[in-house]
Amino acid sequence: MSDASPHNGIYKTDKLIASDIDAYLNIHQHKSLLRFITCGSVDDGKSTLIGRLLYDSKMIFEDQLATLESDSKRMGTQGQEIDFALLVDGLAAEREQGITIDVAYRFFATEKRKFIVADCPGHEQYTRNMVTGASTADLAVILIDARKGVLVQTRRHSYLAQLLGIKNIVLAVNKMDLIAYDQAKYDAIVAEYTAFANSIGISDFTAMPISGFKGDNITERSVHMPWYAGPPLIAHLETVALDNDADQAKPLRMPVQWVNRPNLDFRGFSGQIATGIVRPGDAIRVLPSGKTSTITKIVTLDGELSEAVAGQSVTLCFADEIDCSRGDVIAAADNPPRCPTSLKALLSGWQTRLWFLGAPIG
Amino acid sequence: MTKTLTHLARLEAEAIHIMREVVAEADKPVMLYSVGKDSAVMLHLARKAFYPSPPPFPLLHVDTTWKFQAMYALREKAARDAGMELLVHQNPEALARGINPFDHGSLHTDMWKTEGLKQALDEYGFDVAFGGARRDEEKSRAKERIFSFRTATHIWDPKNQRPELWSLYNARKAKAESIRVFPISNWTELDIWQYIHLENIEIVPLYFSAPRPTVTRDGMLLMVDDERFPLKDGEVPVERSIRFRTLGCYPLTGAVESMASTLPEVIQEMLLTTTSERQGRAIDHDQAASMEKKKQEGYF
Repeated sequence: MSDASPHNGIYKTDKLIASDIDAYLNIHQHKSLLRFITCGSVDDGKSTLIGRLLYDSKMIFEDQLATLESDSKRMGTQGQEIDFALLVDGLAAEREQGITIDVAYRFFATEKRKFIVADCPGHEQYTRNMVTGASTADLAVILIDARKGVLVQTRRHSYLAQLLGIKNIVLAVNKMDLIAYDQAKYDAIVAEYTAFANSIGISDFTAMPISGFKGDNITERSVHMPWYAGPPLIAHLETVALDNDADQAKPLRMPVQWVNRPNLDFRGFSGQIATGIVRPGDAIRVLPSGKTSTITKIVTLDGELSEAVAGQSVTLCFADEIDCSRGDVIAAADNPPRCPTSLKALLSGWQTRLWFLGAPIG
Repeated sequence: MTKTLTHLARLEAEAIHIMREVVAEADKPVMLYSVGKDSAVMLHLARKAFYPSPPPFPLLHVDTTWKFQAMYALREKAARDAGMELLVHQNPEALARGINPFDHGSLHTDMWKTEGLKQALDEYGFDVAFGGARRDEEKSRAKERIFSFRTATHIWDPKNQRPELWSLYNARKAKAESIRVFPISNWTELDIWQYIHLENIEIVPLYFSAPRPTVTRDGMLLMVDDERFPLKDGEVPVERSIRFRTLGCYPLTGAVESMASTLPEVIQEMLLTTTSERQGRAIDHDQAASMEKKKQEGYF
């Protein structure tokens, strides 16, 4: 492992844990959360990258490492080296066939943020499962094997990430160690991807040359690629803007999940705020009826709140007894969403063989 | 002024959203309650989700009769404090045959837990059951949906899971089919501990270190919790300062030697430890892919 783990433990404040646990907990408690996916074609190194992130952040324990080592020797594809892919391919059928069938969710933290990463299957047959993983992500790391360049599945996953509304795209050109850290080859891949990305409406993305296996440009700038001026992957993940923050600047929207009626004196509307901020006294409009009222209180077990923001689950009470039930949307009175009666949609089928997007794009 | 929600605030909001979806969509939901720390957090979140109403479903403890005494003591109190009905199910066949972890190996888990759970769900007609499983616990769990569909015979098909997009959960099912829902899927062990600390949630004292009578079996440190523990000839339990990272049936749950008697100390030890939480659970080490197999058979 010595060669593969130069950055062991770099994300963690080990000293603080040992010396002042209360101070550590206080810092950890205030971390924000970024959800991201790794996607791309089969064998582009998605699982290896996640294994690397977990290993470097010490999220792999000794007993798990021992299992991983014995599994790697028994069925791994990396010779005597540890096959990190076995860490995320958790289903018997996946390990047996050596392919990722479904999304695996993994967790790690650095000093600045906590991360939930969904490792998405690259295999064409399981693209539908990639969509499940991508739907909850703030950011997508699209991996490319530097030896192979932009493939059909790279395009498909990019398209789906864009379709699902992921705004932050990282193009990680992986396995740079296998092309001798060649800048010209890297530049050519980025140019090819840029042309494709522009054609499907991805206006902005961050490209970086990495090696998940060797750890280049993961936690620290790689010494092998001085020509790359950007941040390493972790630094980018730690600082990228969160969707959740941006949602607060939008007008109030809260879909009603459940009407809370413990007794005749209380009627509250429970839901998770999708966008915006709500405060007692705010004028609201219930859609689709269009009826208006005023927020009297924001009720939680922890007491009434003076404000609640996008992402929070709350119960709202109104000044007037207007009709409001599950499926309705509580919106800012002066800035409600449009309520159209028809819509135009791009459908993608969930059946394995019925992919409207199944044909190579671009 | 943007107020960035902390990771715990977002996890809490997600869990509450999930629970409300279930209550709005299910015919007869139930919360599986194992009295462990994850159950304690899940129950606390349920109180938050429906406040000022009490959580509109009962708690179900699928009992094996082999839990720690301290767990039975907290069970009744927790239900009472939450204002919820507590249902306890013991598999009558396992009871009649005296199935136990000392003599019956994996049959103990199969009959008490897997079969017991299926019996209880069928008997009461529950169509959705909340479980406190987390994705960071085990590899097959890391792959499971939050709304995890089960056939009429409680089978989980890991190769054919439903799509689950954004926070739109699919609660549709045919008669006799059911769904297991895991509101704390995205929480880690550290999140659970930190949340218990911040929210001051009551948990079984066994999570904190104290002198307790122990013996070693197959490299595991076991607590002699009652007189049913078969001691070898001349064997005398040794008092050691121990605590537990997870709680299950006492003859199957390994303790760790520790001096951590407060939550911050427990968290500190957890962060500095080098072994995973489930290492102390015999259930996972039966065979390769054992959790996945158990889940396919209907274990939650």
